Amino acid sequence: MRFVLRAREPRWLAPAAVAVAVLVTLALTAGPIRLAGAAPVAAFERYVFTPLTTPNGIAEVLLSATPLLFTGLAVAIAFRVGYYNIGAEGQFLAGAIATTAMAFTAPDLPAVLALPLGVLAGALGGVVWAFLPALLRRRFGIDEVVTTLLLNPVAVLLLQGLLTGPWRNPVTGFPDSTSYGSGYELPALLGSRVHAGLLVGLVLVAVTGVVLWATPVGVRLRAVGQSPAAAGFSGIRVGVLQWRSALVSGAVAGVGGAVQVLGVQHQLTTSIAAGYGYTGVVVATLGGLSAVGVLAVAVLLGDVQVGAQSASISLQLPSQMGGVLSSVLLLTVVSAVAVRRYRLVRRRPRQPDPSEGPRAERPLQKVGG
Amino acid sequence: MDFPLIAVLAATLTIATPLVFGALGALLGERTGVLNLGIEGTLYVGAFTGFLVAARTGSLTLAVLAAVLAGALGGALMALLTVSLGVNQHVAGIGTTLLLVAGSDFANRQMFGGGERTVTVTFDRFLAGGGLLAQYPMTYLGFFVLAPLVWWVLRSTGAGLRLTAVGENPEAADAAGISVPATRWAALVTGGALMGLGGSFLTLSLLGTFTLDIVSGRGWICIALVIFGRWKVWPIVAGALLFGLFEALQLQLAITPAFGSVPNELLIALPYLVVIAALAVRGRGVRYPGAYLTAYRRA
Repeated sequence: MRFVLRAREPRWLAPAAVAVAVLVTLALTAGPIRLAGAAPVAAFERYVFTPLTTPNGIAEVLLSATPLLFTGLAVAIAFRVGYYNIGAEGQFLAGAIATTAMAFTAPDLPAVLALPLGVLAGALGGVVWAFLPALLRRRFGIDEVVTTLLLNPVAVLLLQGLLTGPWRNPVTGFPDSTSYGSGYELPALLGSRVHAGLLVGLVLVAVTGVVLWATPVGVRLRAVGQSPAAAGFSGIRVGVLQWRSALVSGAVAGVGGAVQVLGVQHQLTTSIAAGYGYTGVVVATLGGLSAVGVLAVAVLLGDVQVGAQSASISLQLPSQMGGVLSSVLLLTVVSAVAVRRYRLVRRRPRQPDPSEGPRAERPLQKVGG
Repeated sequence: MDFPLIAVLAATLTIATPLVFGALGALLGERTGVLNLGIEGTLYVGAFTGFLVAARTGSLTLAVLAAVLAGALGGALMALLTVSLGVNQHVAGIGTTLLLVAGSDFANRQMFGGGERTVTVTFDRFLAGGGLLAQYPMTYLGFFVLAPLVWWVLRSTGAGLRLTAVGENPEAADAAGISVPATRWAALVTGGALMGLGGSFLTLSLLGTFTLDIVSGRGWICIALVIFGRWKVWPIVAGALLFGLFEALQLQLAITPAFGSVPNELLIALPYLVVIAALAVRGRGVRYPGAYLTAYRRA
């Protein structure tokens, strides 16, 4: 048996691969769910469908999806051009910190000024956090994976340092900042907890989609993503595109942090460090690095998050199962998508490829996948 | 005030221990061309499994074996994804880390979520009161057994040369009759076992209990150390000691009155920044293994 690269791929194959991956995910996670004393079918129903049955549930799903939309988009923008920014976590936190700094510098601004400036500060914070790895990559060719990863714990420490130091709540003494001024509050949508940050995210999704698919820059970006070497030969300055995408990626993640504090918390707490950036890698990858895909997967994972919370109450299933489910889904989908490009052939091709020479000269050997 | 030099150096060795295990584990995979970003999760699952088995059985031997096994399984998962299925290594690694961390947290919550924090038996330090030499058994094992062993295997054995051949030029290695998948599988599983062992140091030697976020980026430090050490054993060990020294200094500064006004978190962040600075200096123009990040399939 051996794998052979498919010459041509039928249309139904990619969706079928994803469907198989979903089934495998359900099968793999049913075991631990049963071990935890819950019925798998009831649990899956809780995770996926229950949140979507009430208007309030849908609002919670959109609320959970909002930060993932930003981090997923940030990761997708960078991965698209082969820049492996795994620092969306740190950039998200830096955005939230910068927005908080803005809110404490000018606490009395009216909303019409405060919100744009707050979001802008968040974008700048994200760019600052993305700057060093991008610079090291561009100037010295130093691998961005490690440097972006290492800055994530640094951002968490900066957050904790600020909250136990200068921004500690003077009244309660807890490591939470005081609340922002009233101008720094993103308006709620339709009377729910969903806030205008979702609209910001949707605009960014639309802009990213248009830039990628309807502009000359988008053509170059996609070319670099598919084959950096080929793009370089055709005259595209790969390094420059990667550098810019890295900074834009940081800005998007930073805006995510900004809208999370402006829309949900209205103060800075350590709970902002909830792994949104790492989940962003899942969102971007499952979304096929496309803007629309990111949107769809962000909503799906938001759904699972809300479902995991509800299942932890109603089924006593620890909410960490949500994380297990989404990471297993990631691994099965990328596996299925990678494998679908091959077909399984028994022994040897029936009709030998003429370029491989006469049959007799090919040594008979065991070939593995 | 006298500077407690011996104490700081002793702490340096202790802090560097899990990094030596983790970084050498990562080195094995990278020498064959596979970057294992699952390391953060593999350290985590090793720490948790060691704690779990120690808490349930009271046997340190079983606990260490279980941690090694859990780590090897983490490495096997990474091998299945990147070697057999040809998934992008970055995505497979981050996914593995997310899965192992979430899985450990899930099991921790399920088994120890109820009451008080469980504390387990731990290893004792050898030569207590012996200054620099008062270290845990794992520290001796890491510096005096594991590091020389990995160095010798990579340099002077057929297995080590095959490892490097597969990482540098898989086509040539394959043509020479070396199985690329089998070599990579072996390297990732062994490397994962070392990571699991390194993770268990945190629970079974240092803390005696398991806390969320117990690894806190040590896996990423290990990946950086491999680049810093340019895929060679002794420079990697030196890098681990350098990191350990800065962390030990930071711990010392945190209890030094003159530095009382400096926020503790900024001091904790210092070693991470030192590693990035060290990479900026030592990481320029390094030569990666020839087949780094590339899956291999026969044409």
